[in-house]
Order: sequence, then structure tokens, then C-alpha cells
Amino acid sequence: MARKFDRRDVLKGTSALALTVAATPLTAQAPPPAAVTDELIQAARKEGKVVYYTSIDLPMAERIGKAFEAKYPGIAVRVERTGAERVFQRIGQEYASNIRAVDVVNSSDAAHMIVWKRDGLLAPYVPEDVAKHYAPEHRDPDGMFASFRAGLSTLAYNTNLVKAEEAPKSFADLLDPKWAGKIVKAHPSYSGTIMTATFQIARDLGWEYFEKLAKQRIMQVQSATDPPKKLALGERAVMADGNEYIVFQIKEAGQPIEPVYPTEGTPLVIGPNALFKAAPNPNAARLFQSFCFSLECQQLIIDVGGLRSLHPHVKEKAGRKPLNDIKLMKEDPAGVEKQGDEIKKRYTQLFKV
Amino acid sequence: MTIALRAQLEDRRTFKLDLSVPLLLTFAALLCVLILLPISWLVMYAITEVDPATKARVLTLAQFRTLFSDPDLVEPLITTMIVALSSSVVCCLVAAPMGWLVARTDMPMTRVIRALVTASFVTPPFLGAIAWEILAAPNSGLLNKLYRSATGAEMDAYLFNIYSMPGLIFVIACYTFPYVFVLVANALDRIPGDLEDASSILGAGTWTTARRVTIPLVLPALLAGALVAFLQAMILFGSPAILALPAGFHTMTTKIWSLFQYPPKPELAAAASLPLLFLTVMLLRGQQMILGRKGYSIVGGKSGEPRLIQLGWLVVPALIFVFIVLMLPVFLPYFALLNAAFSPIATTLVTPATFTMKNFYFTFFELSTTHLALKNTFILGAAAATIGTVLALVISYATARKAIAGHRILGFLATAPLAIPGIVLGVGLFLAYTRPPFVLYGTLWVLLLAYITIELPAAYQQLQSAFRAVHPELEDASRILGATRLQALRDVTAPLLRTSVLATWCFIFVSTVRELSAAIMLFTSETKVVSVLIFDLKESGDLGAIAILGLSMLVLTFTVVIFINRIPGFGGSGLRNT
Repeated sequence: MARKFDRRDVLKGTSALALTVAATPLTAQAPPPAAVTDELIQAARKEGKVVYYTSIDLPMAERIGKAFEAKYPGIAVRVERTGAERVFQRIGQEYASNIRAVDVVNSSDAAHMIVWKRDGLLAPYVPEDVAKHYAPEHRDPDGMFASFRAGLSTLAYNTNLVKAEEAPKSFADLLDPKWAGKIVKAHPSYSGTIMTATFQIARDLGWEYFEKLAKQRIMQVQSATDPPKKLALGERAVMADGNEYIVFQIKEAGQPIEPVYPTEGTPLVIGPNALFKAAPNPNAARLFQSFCFSLECQQLIIDVGGLRSLHPHVKEKAGRKPLNDIKLMKEDPAGVEKQGDEIKKRYTQLFKV
Repeated sequence: MTIALRAQLEDRRTFKLDLSVPLLLTFAALLCVLILLPISWLVMYAITEVDPATKARVLTLAQFRTLFSDPDLVEPLITTMIVALSSSVVCCLVAAPMGWLVARTDMPMTRVIRALVTASFVTPPFLGAIAWEILAAPNSGLLNKLYRSATGAEMDAYLFNIYSMPGLIFVIACYTFPYVFVLVANALDRIPGDLEDASSILGAGTWTTARRVTIPLVLPALLAGALVAFLQAMILFGSPAILALPAGFHTMTTKIWSLFQYPPKPELAAAASLPLLFLTVMLLRGQQMILGRKGYSIVGGKSGEPRLIQLGWLVVPALIFVFIVLMLPVFLPYFALLNAAFSPIATTLVTPATFTMKNFYFTFFELSTTHLALKNTFILGAAAATIGTVLALVISYATARKAIAGHRILGFLATAPLAIPGIVLGVGLFLAYTRPPFVLYGTLWVLLLAYITIELPAAYQQLQSAFRAVHPELEDASRILGATRLQALRDVTAPLLRTSVLATWCFIFVSTVRELSAAIMLFTSETKVVSVLIFDLKESGDLGAIAILGLSMLVLTFTVVIFINRIPGFGGSGLRNT
């Protein structure tokens, strides 16, 4: 299956391809679960480094890297962080020029996994933790990727600038003229989180919502990690989208920010991890992938990062609203994969950038 | 005499092997590849498209039809013109009086002022733009906070909004006015005092002389400065990407860049690059025409020192004016960056209680790309400066001494990149070097090529004027005494040119370190440079790390420039001429 699409050009081919892979083939066969063995650690140490392309907020990504380096001394983690859509473009551009730099990737746009898998770029590898603990919907049946993190794209407001009772409760509230010029918003051509959220909001509320929002003189930033930071600075009062985990980080650091889970439902964003077949450091890549899904790392991304984990043994941090209590929008990577380019185009027409 | 000398030269050539001709031809060929290859690919992509049926490239004008009919592309073009024109006017309004004050009046501290103008030139425009975000973002900007606390104005009230067209024009002007200042001040330095004396003797007062003599003489330089400022504003990428996108508008450079984002449209990007290229060529032609008419500017040979106008009590407002102008590109932004570097929140003033080394620690001990980016930047800066200087030296020798047939073409080729905006060159180089025969994308080489190409014109112009200043008779004497051309160059001309060569080296180094628009098209994860890393951090809003990196970048720049100038035997400041 994979070989058939081997030679497709990642840069150009996506829209032309029929979408079949999202549906699981009946003959799905994941490799057996892989434990972290001494041989693997030795082999990884010989390679000495692992290159991690990710869209996770930079300090968090570096923190994961440092935790890995502490556990496996002698293997350096090089973090290459940018927005998920840029990560996708970067890998496409590099592979089109025969540059094989990436070992492990994490993308907040799960649709990318569909494309990379279809193009035959990913290597099958199932860490023990994934096989043991992760629900089937959070691991690829062929063992190509698994859900490393979950996050939400929420609303939020600066509590110094907005009183709790006046804060928006829903997406519809943002269209009130009183918020004109006071909203900050991230971009779906940069951020996978925003791409995923835009897809879900457009599907559930219709594009009219964005048409009206575009008239609110929003401040347009790129990364989904940026709107909460802009709220913390006090640059804008309300954010129309952005990472819940950054809101948690900032709030728990004592800054005046409060998340809002819109009444229409909150977009759910799954960020899978995958290994590249042509990884320059294949053993270090496997070791890093195993580490990423270990309870240790999963607890770290909750405690320090404010992220949500799909590992059943993690403990939620007190003071954060449990995932089960939040009304979520339905996640649909296959849908995003189909409409991604159209969403970017439409968004640019509405918001002018 | 001359004939005899020629004959002797011919004689020598038959006995000793002169390597200069093959060497110069090699350089000419190199230049052709350097410039023509990316431009050819650019044009090729702009006028062709892939036929979906045959997979072959076929000629088409579809790109240009889209370019001039799609409002998403027409609007950025209009915006760019407005921004470039306005910032050019602002530059002239500020830089011309300042240049005059520094060059022609008895205002004190002129050396300091010139040094500070250099500092604003060394500051990368994108770093300045980020600093101005911290200062003048409508709600969180330090200046707006100050305004609100001083006047008790409401929470939403603001004095400045940097995310706007005027904001963008202002910030661009902040970092473009040095070009105008240097041109005007240099021209004023060169105007002989005799002419003004003559005017005074004939009974004209100080101001009449200024109006009737000095200003007309300096006007060509001012117009040239206006054109350079327009050009710089037009091809800038960083500042609009930082200030225009949040406000919801594009300029041409950011649009071209966005066309390369996924799903990439290289054909349209190539086509959109051509108007920029065309406009640049036109503007440079215009500049040449203006400067070409300067027949009346300098009449005598060596003449009296320019007479300084006594400012009297006007020195106070003059100094205040200059101080305010320098505060905008230098003092305020560096203050903002220093504050952001050591404050937990970039837009809150740091106090001893909140002082933090967190950003410093993060940037140097946690951020895994910092060392790579600093190393790449240093290697590329030093390599581009060295190779670029050598290249410029050889070419300017060839043209100044008319050493080979076709030296004029060589000179043209060396100045041609001036007409290629960085982002356009980036697109061209990307198209040219991601495919055989030269697969250089993903290596430092492609960035090196870009930097050398971009900096060559300025380096060439500097060294050419330096060569003109060294009379050929010295070289001739050396060759009569039996030296080959290369020996004469090494033993006679080179020592005389040391200061200029050094200044050129520093100039290229500084320009390379602050370059963003070509690098943003060409970097890969392994070939990241500091400017690109800062831009990355900007997009995720990590202002503290940006401040630390930006300041380290400046420390690196100044260390290298000072170190180079301290090498025994070299005097003079690094960046006198742009």
C-alpha cells in the first residue's frame, strides 16, 4: 500500500490523491510492540543525537528534549520548532530536495500523518507503552503514528481588562461590536492547531462565523501559542483561538488570564508523533519515540506543559477543568486533509493575510 | 613616454607568465553563473506552467494575468508603493537637515552623531521592528502605557499604533534614513568652501548662500538618497512581516513569501517577483541619470575647507532635533530590548525585584538551535565577507585599470545584483539550486552564494572608488621594475588599499549578519541563521529570547568589527560608506 504512493511528490500531490488511507485497511499490520532494550540505547548512543521537528511550544519542546537527555546521557536532542503547517512544508521541501534531516515529528495537524503515511515516508514502530495503554483510536493500525498529545483551542481573556461576567461565553459572543479591535487570533496557514480548529468551527458553525469575525478588526498573529502570550502582555483583551496549554502555563505563573470553553463546543486537537523511514538517526529516533509515550514524559507534558495526555495512567493537575467535563467538537483529520488547502485559501480571502 | 612604456610592458608579458587574464576571465564566468542562473530560473518559472496532461512545462501568461487582476496581489503592490514612497519622503525630511547640521554647521558632537547613525545602520530592521512592537503596540506598548499613566486616559486609549501603515512607514524610515544621511553628509563634506566664499563676497548672507549655492549642489545626492530609501523600503521583508501581517495587510515581499508557504505556488511567486525586479532596475536607472548630471557639482581640485555656519543659540534646538531623531532608531529600541531581555514580561518595566536571567538561561542553555544558528551566522558572515571582498577587489581592479577587454561588462555584472531584491534572489536561488546540476539547497553554500551576490554591488562600488584614488603610475612603476601585474597588485596597491578593504570586509560582514529576506527563503533546519531563528521566535511570540538573541547578535557584530579594526596597522572606522 505504502509503496504504491512512494514516489508521489509531497509538495504537490496532496489534492490530487483520492482519500482512502484514513479508513483502516482490513489487513492492517502493526509491528510487535518494541521495548526499550540495552541494544537500542547503545545503538542510539552511537548516533549521538536525534532531530525532533515539532510544533509544540518551544520551551516545552526543549524541556522534553532536556528530560530525554537527562535520562539517556550522550544523546542530544535538536529541536526544530515552527508551526505545524510550516513543519509540513519544511519536510516536504526538504524531501523534494533529497534532504533527510528529520528523525521524529510531532504535528498538531493530524491530517499530516495521513499524507506522510500515504506517501510512504513513515517507519512503523510501536513503543511498548502505546501498545499496552493507548486506545485503538489513538494509534495507527499500521503502527506508523500514535497520539502524543491532545490539546484544545479555547477562547480566553485578560482578567485585568475584562470582568468575568462580561467575558465572551461562546464563539457567537465574539461577534458583538464591543469586541471590535480587541481580539487576537492565530493563523491556520501557520498553526496546525488553528487549522484543525478552523475546520471544526467552519463545519459546526458555518463560514458565516468567520466572515463576521473578519470584520472585528482582529490582530492576526501566526502561532496558536501566541494569542495567550498577547493576552498576558495586555496587548489584546480576548483571544478567538489559541492553545489551552499555554493559557494554563501563563495562568499558573500568576498572570491575569482565564480560559473560556465556548458553549458551542471546544475544538479538540490531537497531535500525533511519527518516525521517518529515512531518519538519519533511526535508533535514537526509536528511543526518543518510546520516551515520548512513556508515563514519565506524558506526565511531564501535563504538569509542565499544561497539555492533555491520552495515556490512561497520567494524573490531571488540580485546578484545570477535566477533559471529560468539556463539551468538545469532533475531531476529523481525514476531513482536514481533504479541505486543508481550501480552508487556507478561504481564510486568506476573508482575513486578507 | 607612454609609447615606450607600453612597448616595455608588451615585452615583459612574453617573458613572464601573466596569470591575470585567465584569472579575470574565471571571475567573469563565475559572476555570470552567480547572477544569471537564478534570474533565468525565475523568468522561466514566471512564464511557464506544468501542463497537467503531459507533465511538461509550457509557455503561459496566466501568472501575470492573475498577478494584475487578483486583488489579493494587486493590493500588496499598491501598499508597497505607498509605504516605500512615504518612508522615502520621511527619510529625506529627517536625514537632509541632519546631514547639513553635521557637515556644515558648528554643531558639537558630530563624531558621536555619525557613530550613532552607524549604530542604527548596524541594527537589523526586523530587530528594530520587534523592539518597536514592545514600545508602541497600541495596548501593551511601553510608550502607550506611559501615555496612559501620564494622562490618566482610558484603558483602550493609545498614542501610537505600530500595527498600521503609518507605524510600518515610521519603522522602515528609522532604519533607512542612514542611507540618505550618509549620501547627503558626504556630498556636503565635498562641496568646496570657495563657492560659498564667493557667494558671501558678492554680498549674500549666510542663508541666501545656503539657499542659492549649497542646497542646489547637494540636491543630486539628496535625490539619489531618496531613491535608495525608496528601494530599501520596497524590498524589505522583515518589518512588514512583523508589523503589517498583524494589522491584516501584505506588502509585495510578504506576499511573495506567503506564496511559498504550503501549498507552494512557485510560478506565481516568480511572476510576482518580476515587478519588484523591474521597478528596482528602473529606480537605479533613475539614480544614475540624476547622479550622471553632476557636472556642476565640484569645480576645482583641492580647495578650501567647507565653511561652518555659526548656529548661535539655534544650537540648542538643533541638538534636540538630532537627539530625538537618534532616540527613535537607537536609544528607545535598545532600551526596549534590554528591558525585554531581563524582564519576566517584555512590556513591563523590569525592577530589581523582577529582574530575571530566565531568558538568558533559556536562550543559551535550553534552546538547542542557538549555538547552531550563531555558528552558522558567524561562518557565513566571515566567509561571505572574505570571498566577497576578494571578488570585489579583483573586479574593481579590472574595471578601474581597464585590465581586460570587456571590463565594462564585468562592472555591470558586479552591480547588477543591486537590482535584485533579497526575497527575489531567494526565490531565484531556491529554484536554481534545488535541482541538478547544482543541488546546493540544504547546505550553507546556497546561503553563501546569496549573501555574496547581495553584497557584491556595494563592496564593488566601495573598492572601485578606492582604486580610483590610487593612481596607476605607482603600479606602472612597479611593473617597469619587472613585477607581474599580480605582484604589483600585491606589493604596491594592496597596502595602499588596506583601510578600504577592511571597511568593505566589515560592511559585508554586518550586512550578512542582518540579512533576513533571502535567508528566509533558503534556510533548512541544519542551516539556520540567527536572523531566521529570531523570526521563528517572533512567530510564536517569545519576545524574551528574541531580545537576548538580538543583543548577542549585535555583540557578535561589534566584537568582530572592532577586532578587525584593531589588527595592527589598520586604522579608521569600519562603516564609513554605504
